[in-house]
Amino acid sequence: MSVPREKGLLDFMKLDSLDRKLLNIIQANFPLVPEPYQEIGEALGITEDEVIDRIRIMLDNGLIRRLGGIFDSRKLGYQGALCAVKADRDSIDQVAALINSFPGVTHNYLREHAYNVWFTVLAQSEEKMENILSEIRKHSAIQEIIVLPAENVFKIRVNFDLQ
Amino acid sequence: MLTEQDKQIIRELQNGLPLVSRPFMAMAAKLNMTEEGLIERIRYFIANGQIRRFGAAVRHQDLGYLANAMVVWDAPSEKAAEIGVIMAGFEEVTHCYQRPRYPDWPYNLFTMVHGRSREECVRTAEKISLATGVKEYRLLFSTVELK
Repeated sequence: MSVPREKGLLDFMKLDSLDRKLLNIIQANFPLVPEPYQEIGEALGITEDEVIDRIRIMLDNGLIRRLGGIFDSRKLGYQGALCAVKADRDSIDQVAALINSFPGVTHNYLREHAYNVWFTVLAQSEEKMENILSEIRKHSAIQEIIVLPAENVFKIRVNFDLQ
Repeated sequence: MLTEQDKQIIRELQNGLPLVSRPFMAMAAKLNMTEEGLIERIRYFIANGQIRRFGAAVRHQDLGYLANAMVVWDAPSEKAAEIGVIMAGFEEVTHCYQRPRYPDWPYNLFTMVHGRSREECVRTAEKISLATGVKEYRLLFSTVELK
């Protein structure tokens, strides 16, 4: 699903300081307790219902992708790779729809390069990964896919400080 | 090794934590677990590194980081590990990996750079180039989030 940037900026501008504090807490210190929204509300001086409402709005407008665990796919035994293909300008939507149809495809970006469609694949085995890639080749004009698994990981940061 | 129940927990957590007063209890009920047992298991996954972080995953493009460049570098293979560490030290770099090269893809180091504008990303890449001596690089800006 594509999100126009202008909309994103608008949503960002609409965040008040309470939203930003809330986002910082739920990104970095989500309480692992029976009533987490209650505890967050106490920290912010608002009710549990207001915490839930604010999170729901940010989920609905796409500011929050997901509330849950951010997993280390390798430690879970998954194979992951960044992949890229060269899609003709006219066929980008079609190619993207095909690629996105596989649940193992977690992200997909259009980038400015001859290799213009960049996506990440997670699969339970190399064989399953290869199956996804060969399905993509079979159902599109794409023949060449560069597969770029991480050979070395130097940094992964997923928190964004909003203060 | 993950048990069948672990896999179910992971699947549920990927669907997202419910927005109800006792979210772990609601999720535990689906998994035939107790609320306490589920929280314990999540803590175990975190301690073990299988969950890198528990909480909200945000769409960073929407949080004022409007420009998102994948900067790719053609670094000497024998020095790639050393250079990767230097690149990772930059505050503006959120992700840094070494990946294989291909005949028409000479770049072996990948850094994700977030900035408030394209110019900011370009300047960051220049800084990194100066610090590491890697002169062959490209910025690949993302124009559309397709998924």
